[in-house]
Amino acid sequence: MLLAVQSTPLDFLPIALMFVVALGFVVIMLFLTHQLGPKKKSKVKLETFECGIEVQGNARLPFSIKYFLVAILFVLFDVEVIFMYPWAVNFKQLGLIGFVEMLTFVGFLLVGFYYILKKGALKWE
Amino acid sequence: MTLDFLIYKIILVLIVFSITLLVATYSTYAERKIAAFLQDRIGPDRAGPFGILQPLADAVKMFMKEEIIPNVSNKALFVLGPGICMLTACMTGVIIPWGKTINIGGTDYPLQIADVNIGILYLFGVLSLGVYGIMIGGWASNNKYSLLGAIRASSQMISYEVAMGISIIALVMTTGTLSTAEIAAQQHGWHWNVLIQPLGCLIFIICAFAETNRAPFDLPECETELVGGYHTEYSSMKLGLFLFSEYINMFISSAVIATFYFGGYNMPLIGRWVHDPNALAILGIVFLFMKIVGFIFFFMWVRWTLPRFRYDQLMNLGWKILIPLSILNLVLTGAWMMRHEIMVYFVK
Repeated sequence: MLLAVQSTPLDFLPIALMFVVALGFVVIMLFLTHQLGPKKKSKVKLETFECGIEVQGNARLPFSIKYFLVAILFVLFDVEVIFMYPWAVNFKQLGLIGFVEMLTFVGFLLVGFYYILKKGALKWE
Repeated sequence: MTLDFLIYKIILVLIVFSITLLVATYSTYAERKIAAFLQDRIGPDRAGPFGILQPLADAVKMFMKEEIIPNVSNKALFVLGPGICMLTACMTGVIIPWGKTINIGGTDYPLQIADVNIGILYLFGVLSLGVYGIMIGGWASNNKYSLLGAIRASSQMISYEVAMGISIIALVMTTGTLSTAEIAAQQHGWHWNVLIQPLGCLIFIICAFAETNRAPFDLPECETELVGGYHTEYSSMKLGLFLFSEYINMFISSAVIATFYFGGYNMPLIGRWVHDPNALAILGIVFLFMKIVGFIFFFMWVRWTLPRFRYDQLMNLGWKILIPLSILNLVLTGAWMMRHEIMVYFVK
């Protein structure tokens, strides 16, 4: 790293503190409501809601492939975004060469992007 | 590293945590009052003067309600869902610099819980974990509406995360750091990032709306189609945690927007009149909270003004408009920063 501030593992300790506090809060909240509320269960009450009619089958149905495609594309693009972070931090030091290199990278990214657009992967009816 | 440091950090964590909860609680009140104001109604006015105790009444109600876990759901995951949501919402607040350092008895105490040099990376990491809470909660309910809501939510959040990431990269290029404390410190005086990165700021704000599932991007809990979306089956405080985490996310998003683009705790010209560093630091907190409240109001204003998107419109906006725009912003920023080098290259 060229300009970055040095961090020690100790700097991350407060994050752990926050985690403990937040976790404690959530656990206490969930425990308290479990104890406080009334408990009058009946078979009908414990059924899942389906606008008042009887539940038809299981909810774990196959759903549109589009959502899966979006997830795959997200992984692709997000990984490329992660690649750009170290480059962006050192952008001024890398100079013109770094800029041209990243333009090539972004160019490839855009070619792929154009391809998935033309393939209709992002077409929602 | 001394015991003092540890005690100070624990106190700071507790203060920030309670303020986060307080702001989130009163955001629910503010939302109802603002909705009432925009629709020419009165809004909640029974609990206390001007209904100011309404959030407390709501909280008590949430506690005393019956807790229902549907018998076909996955019990452990059903409880885990809102827990993760709340946990991740609280965890993002640690990297916000709430102010400059405060000097007590000769020692400088930074008003930031964790000043790490990868603050932005941490923020994005925790933000993407938030999807799991909604996804797990919606899937574990074993309800068709919940499942659809959860899938919509995760699909929407990951789509807008890409554009958000690219718009932030342009900001990282100009600031040259991933540390939130440094980004805030660089924006002293009039050097607000929104003036350097107007397009990036716009993209970031739009994505923040989508990430927090706020209207006009509230399709995951679109009550006209999906009953309640991913929290259809939830009741009592588990529902409360879901709703609460949304308001915490809104508060943190406002804080992040203010810190990244609108100067954070800085206010132009204030250095002329106030010279005491401690007073400046405290004023900085006040300014930051003024900006945050402004953004929270903006979030609510938009919610009660704009109609909801259709799902294909939402996806088209995310993938076909915001991502190309943010890449354009990235390239333009790079070209502008490299303009001297490029000129030299061509003139030679």
